Amino acid sequence: MTEIKQNEITKYIVISSDKVLPADAAMKIYESEFPVTVKETCFGLIVTGSKEDVLSVVEKIQQMDKNHIFIKDRGFPAGDERRCRASRGGGPRPGFHFLREEVKMLPAIGAALDELEAKESVKEKHKEKSRLKVSDLEKIIEEELAR
Amino acid sequence: MAKVFIYPVNSLILSDLVERFEHKPLTMMNQVREKVTNISLDSPPINITPEDPKIGLRYAAVEVPAGVRGRMSLIGPLIEETEAAIIVENPPANFGCVGCNRTNELMKYLVRDKGVPVLEVKYPESDEDARDFVNKIAAFLESLPEEKPDEDEKPVDEEPAEKEAEE
Repeated sequence: MTEIKQNEITKYIVISSDKVLPADAAMKIYESEFPVTVKETCFGLIVTGSKEDVLSVVEKIQQMDKNHIFIKDRGFPAGDERRCRASRGGGPRPGFHFLREEVKMLPAIGAALDELEAKESVKEKHKEKSRLKVSDLEKIIEEELAR
Repeated sequence: MAKVFIYPVNSLILSDLVERFEHKPLTMMNQVREKVTNISLDSPPINITPEDPKIGLRYAAVEVPAGVRGRMSLIGPLIEETEAAIIVENPPANFGCVGCNRTNELMKYLVRDKGVPVLEVKYPESDEDARDFVNKIAAFLESLPEEKPDEDEKPVDEEPAEKEAEE
């Protein structure tokens, strides 16, 4: 059985993005050299490690596409024999069905979050008129090019 | 940061939204983690200690099925901590470990009965529904108080009082 450390936490990173693939996110974690265990799955990643490391990794990954990468806690560590399909003779692991149903809804939730963010930024812009900052212009160009 | 109870208790969307708006979601996953990573338990995954049935009995009587009491031993302590709640009606896959309808009914009853602010929304089925869903949850979470005085600070204040009493 995989060794269990009590101070370790596990998080799901569920990716529903057009720009970021689970493989990209995994590569980003490997590059960051945090001592965490990463498991790539069909819907994203499972990350296990000490609390500080996991939280900073998760924050870094979420910044790649903030509104389309979703995070959830997980009770069991990655690859735990009590949940891993390899040792349970195949089939979806318990808890996967609900996650799969929610993953179907994520593109719509992501779009709604985008709209919400856009509304808030419009509100902020209306507060005061000012010149367009170079950094804002760069962001707009990057967003347009990413389409 | 308010402690927000979510139903379904293991929802990805809800726990992510609550954290996104800088509050703390009270989820089943954290309770399960304590159970499955606790070395003192003899035979995981049957992670039950003599204390658990007693905790379950606080919320459901002895003639209630054992499964309800077992689930309540995990969910009940979360309800006690809760400062706000988001309840989603008709979630798509309410089966498996969280599929006990009696537990779900009891859980929702206890949350509503507690008198904390509760938001009840329907699970979205289209893009428009999703927009409403996110907007309602965002507005609700933004209306919650952002910071509460730290409970950790209380014992520090109590020490001088004790010293005075000794004197």
